[in-house]
Amino acid sequence: MSTQPAIVASGLTRRFGKLTAVDGVDLVIPRAGIYGFLGPNGSGKSTTIRMLCGLLDPSAGTVEVLGHQMPRDAERLRRQLGYMTQRFSLWDDLTVHENLEFMARIFGFDATERRRRIGELSEEYGLGPLMKQRAGTMSGGQRQRLALAAATLHRPELLLLDEPTSAVDPQSRRDFWESLFDLVDRGTTILVSTHYMDEAERCHRLAILAEGRLVAEGPPRQLMHDIPAAVVEIEAEDVRAARGALDGDPQVLSVAQLGTRLHALLERDTPDAAGHVSGRLRRAGVTAAVHAVDASLEDVFVASTGFRRNASLPTAH
Amino acid sequence: MLDRIAAVMVKELRQLARDRLTFGMIVGIPLMQMLLFGYAINFDVRDLRAAVVDDARSSGSRSFVAALEASGVVRFAAPSAGVPDLMRRMSAGEISVGIYIPPDFERRVLERSRPVAQLLVDGSEPMVDSVARGLASVPLPRRDGLYGSDTPTFELRTEYNPERRTAVQIVPALIGVILNMTMVIFTAAAVVRERERGNLELLITTPIRSWELMAGKLLPYVGIGLVQVTLVLTVGSALFDVPVNGSLADLYLAALLFIAATLTLGLVISTLARTQFQAFQLAFFTMLPSILLSGFMFPFDGMPKAAQWLAQVLPLTHFNDLARGIVLRGAPITDLGRPALKLLAFLCVTLAIATLRFRKRLD
Repeated sequence: MSTQPAIVASGLTRRFGKLTAVDGVDLVIPRAGIYGFLGPNGSGKSTTIRMLCGLLDPSAGTVEVLGHQMPRDAERLRRQLGYMTQRFSLWDDLTVHENLEFMARIFGFDATERRRRIGELSEEYGLGPLMKQRAGTMSGGQRQRLALAAATLHRPELLLLDEPTSAVDPQSRRDFWESLFDLVDRGTTILVSTHYMDEAERCHRLAILAEGRLVAEGPPRQLMHDIPAAVVEIEAEDVRAARGALDGDPQVLSVAQLGTRLHALLERDTPDAAGHVSGRLRRAGVTAAVHAVDASLEDVFVASTGFRRNASLPTAH
Repeated sequence: MLDRIAAVMVKELRQLARDRLTFGMIVGIPLMQMLLFGYAINFDVRDLRAAVVDDARSSGSRSFVAALEASGVVRFAAPSAGVPDLMRRMSAGEISVGIYIPPDFERRVLERSRPVAQLLVDGSEPMVDSVARGLASVPLPRRDGLYGSDTPTFELRTEYNPERRTAVQIVPALIGVILNMTMVIFTAAAVVRERERGNLELLITTPIRSWELMAGKLLPYVGIGLVQVTLVLTVGSALFDVPVNGSLADLYLAALLFIAATLTLGLVISTLARTQFQAFQLAFFTMLPSILLSGFMFPFDGMPKAAQWLAQVLPLTHFNDLARGIVLRGAPITDLGRPALKLLAFLCVTLAIATLRFRKRLD
């Protein structure tokens, strides 16, 4: 297998009328890893994935997927690409076996290959007892296993998963991610979009999208380390009062409540961020325990998506 | 390639077999329409409700009324006292035909220069008017020697349907109406349903080509269309004694051409509609002019020029020509070149539009 990146995109842009859904995104996605797209709804995750697999033509920019120029060579890519749509898009009124059989025939498997491959998949994704059941009557987790089996049926080099776990219980999500790591071990490149932090944290690399732009990119650990903010955790009896005291402080970029605690993001260059916060709280007469903490991925997400708009208003450099 | 088409066909047939409603429609629509048009809708109108105002009160007027009733076209309710009452009863919908016999009826009969009586006809009901007009030619009650001979001007002979049964005219054309209805709706819905449910998004990312997908989806319906043709012909022959005078092979060939035309029309609709509901609406939108303008119910020649032109772009018009020609007139398809070629032209144009519009893209 080549060491070329699986996907290289530059200036990828897609407009729908006046709306720019994806705006000048540059991506380099390495092979044999899980690459995550993290972003709120409407941030352009699905549109980007659809451009990468040739479902949509980009309005501007270039994409190369597994060495194929998209969308020109989209048809040549089909056999190397597996795609799992956001909503279940196999056939509800066909059984598990009929669905897999149909997809296998579409990918040109002959009868013996079909039988062997469907047998393997049924083993791998625990579909054996469900073979005769119609897809429409299965649970979210079962349907998702079937969808993954169908997407990997032709052993694609690249797997694109668009919010695969949005309709699935936590145990199924864990099992699903185990399957993804198994696939990566066999050399598959996986691109997955999500809005779950825990899933994003499992990715080898992560791209955070907001309003169609790429706002942060790198391995999750590094993103947390390089967060462009200082993170302070506040434990206070009166959380609301503490929050009120921090409102309007030019150094404080955002405050988020986590149960009885607050996470405050401060300008990165704030000297002694914890001291700054505790001083301000003391002056407001709020008793609280304040200490600097390592950033979580959620902090990174908030730092790179949330306050871009809010922060630009008061600080106007 | 063939295997992919076969795979799609197998899938479609499986889904169809499980979709009881659609499956029921394949058999249900033809049967229902056959019974509806064969029994209920009858252009040989009989037993029209009528009332008479007999101001002559002579034996001549009474035998005139008796002769009208004997024709079977009208059935007399209680007589009215005067013309105003007759009008009121017609406006209330009690009667469709009113007959006024003036006091000088006998004299008019003898003079033969003026009409002997007046016939009031409810023009708001279709068919009644033309049928009642037929009444006007009922011969006067004959008294030998008095009225002279009543030799008719023409001798009328109806070719191909000597008994003038509506079913004989309707059933061959019904093949087209039923195919038009079901084929357009089924294909449009079958394609749009996959788009609506997101199946298409998945299929686009597989190696299947769009024409393979289309062929696989449409071919089962060709078979279903032929089953429907057989059903209509069998029921038509069993219940209504409709003969097939021409060659069955020609009829199936014509039906095949028409099925292809309606399937591609359905395909064009599927590229326009976003949801199944829109597809149904669009299919219905093409149905109504087809039924009204194709010559299925109303004679083509009586229509205004604009309607005749519009009818030319409807495939049903040409199929009706073919079906009536083959089934009733026993004409070989080679003698029906014009409608066959027009149907073929329609097929080519819609196929081109469908191919241009259906691309393997989401946007």
